[in-house]
Amino acid sequence: MTRSMPTTPDAVRKQAAAADARRRREARPVSRQWRRRGLMAAYILFVLLPIYWLLNMSFQSNSEILGALTLWPQDFTLEHYTRILTDSSWYMGYVNSIAYVVMNMLISISVALPAAYAFSRYRFIGDKHLFFWLLTNLMAPPAVFLLPYFQLYYTVGLFDTHVAVALAHCLFNIPLAVWILEGFMSGVPKEIDETAFIDGYSFPRFFVKIFIPMISSGIGVTLFFLFMFSWVELLLASTLTSTGAQPIGSVMTQTKGASGIDWGTLSAAGVLTILPGIIVVYFVRNHIAKGFALGRT
Amino acid sequence: MEWMVWTTPTAVFFAAIAAILLGMTAWELASPTVERKGFLPIATTRGDRLFIGLLSAAYIHLAVLGFTPLNLWLALGISILWLGILLRWG
Amino acid sequence: MNDKLYNNRAWWLILPMLLLVAFSAIIPLMTVVNYSVQDVFDAHTRFFTGTEWFRETLNDPALQAALLRQFAFSLTVLAIEVPLGISIALLMPRKGWQASAVLILVTMPLLIPWNVVGSIWQIFTRGDIGLMGWGLRELGYGYNITRSAADAWGTIILMDVWHWTPLIALLCYSGLRAIPDAYYQAARIDRASRWAVFRYIQLPKLTNVLVIGVLLRFMHSFMIYAEPFVLTGGGPGSSTTFLSQTLTTMAIGQQDLGPSAAFSIIYFLIILLVCWIFYTAIMNLQKDKQNKGA
Repeated sequence: MTRSMPTTPDAVRKQAAAADARRRREARPVSRQWRRRGLMAAYILFVLLPIYWLLNMSFQSNSEILGALTLWPQDFTLEHYTRILTDSSWYMGYVNSIAYVVMNMLISISVALPAAYAFSRYRFIGDKHLFFWLLTNLMAPPAVFLLPYFQLYYTVGLFDTHVAVALAHCLFNIPLAVWILEGFMSGVPKEIDETAFIDGYSFPRFFVKIFIPMISSGIGVTLFFLFMFSWVELLLASTLTSTGAQPIGSVMTQTKGASGIDWGTLSAAGVLTILPGIIVVYFVRNHIAKGFALGRT
Repeated sequence: MEWMVWTTPTAVFFAAIAAILLGMTAWELASPTVERKGFLPIATTRGDRLFIGLLSAAYIHLAVLGFTPLNLWLALGISILWLGILLRWG
Repeated sequence: MNDKLYNNRAWWLILPMLLLVAFSAIIPLMTVVNYSVQDVFDAHTRFFTGTEWFRETLNDPALQAALLRQFAFSLTVLAIEVPLGISIALLMPRKGWQASAVLILVTMPLLIPWNVVGSIWQIFTRGDIGLMGWGLRELGYGYNITRSAADAWGTIILMDVWHWTPLIALLCYSGLRAIPDAYYQAARIDRASRWAVFRYIQLPKLTNVLVIGVLLRFMHSFMIYAEPFVLTGGGPGSSTTFLSQTLTTMAIGQQDLGPSAAFSIIYFLIILLVCWIFYTAIMNLQKDKQNKGA
């Protein structure tokens, strides 16, 4: 495009205005980038403030907490953490929680993988209704099932074991796993299955050797969600256990003593429940950042 | 089983549901359904219409039970009629 | 969708999953139905009451109020969290260490056990020891969640936004990352506006993750229990008593198995209907899109 010199005042003005607009358009991204960063920072501040406050409390002695409001610990103490990490009734809560969460993840993923494969590759009688039925389990409020669960697991002799909680959490975790995995599997072209079968792979060998590696990031993301929903759920977990497999969430209710709530220990225990989550996100961050659109759009 | 506190009416209810599901499966095997558009705003298969029918039957029962003095058998009658209409023309 | 093989042997792949889910879902559901028609004291002492509990529950003003509150709450949080989540996803950095750091920070609230979330906000909003409660009072606002229903509502909604917006943001972020760069380049060549890029490139690619996000959010907001229970205990009065809490109080606290079972079934039917409508609408939208695309 050649640029001719303007000849009339009107044309000069017009060209100047056009150049101005162009410059403004080019300059905008920089200011926009700062606006983006500002907004993002504001949101992160919103996310972190309550957590910071919890952290702040956990390093203060109870007298400081109740004494005066301090924005950071004046009298830095680790007494609450030492108490939790040396008292077995406390730290066993974490062990129990992690035990049933891991069991649940293993059970859920191992039965959800073949099921999701079936949903993504085949049509069969009742497939759509079965899928919807699965989703309805995702919405079944645990409150509805509390008593029957208690009775059921008591009858089969699983009450107060890790398995009971792991199985109970299957109610919503298996459907979720099937749902997410189905999306990932639908993204894998069917030709890959067909080629493998022509090459003489048996179904189990194909599934383990070829298919699972192909959707590994999908499995990573699914495991993340399984961990998340099993780790955070406490209503079922605390109903199905008493002392042998008590999750940390119900151990924390101990902090309500006769002399009021032990805020420091409650905060420290809270901080410690956040840590496993951070570790898990750290491991799957690349899978999430790689992106998943879930299914073919 | 004792803890499940079964009663005859609920046992009959679940047996009926199971029988309907089995029957639908057999029907499906004998003559596969075709998705079609009836008076409902969406295209449905036989199974979809059954589901819509059963769900609305539940709501009909609740409405009759909660907000009218009418007999529940009437609700059952309406529901079966409505289910038939849905399956045939829905 | 049509390229799927028709093969009923696929049922064998489903079977293990089906057995496990049925064990956790169908047996308890049957028990709930059985409870709902009886007055149960224990397994041997029980009386058949027929439909009495249902009639009672449907006409119970406290439950009707809880139901209305529940819908108001769920719709409010969805209306806030979905747009906010999408915006956050658009704002999140895409590359480098900042991307990982922001991702981890944003996701953090999701991985905190629900009653701990309640505790965090309880501590945070207390007038004497909490930053927010104290700050608002210093600013001259008489903030008190144990007295004022409006404050309690606002705080619970704020807490829910804090807790769950990350889920929408996370799903959308992943959906956005799955869009190939070529799309953006084409848009740049066409000098498409920022809005046009969002409307015609990003939003269509986000539909699937948004469906999952919105459905999950609806379901979870509908059964919210632990957070408000810890934060406000349902009060002041019963202004923040949602469905799950009403139900749990009835079933565990008062041992009213029959009425709470009847109520559970009604609750379940409502969720079933809402989710079915939502699911069907979305599936039909997708089918339309595919037909147009083909």
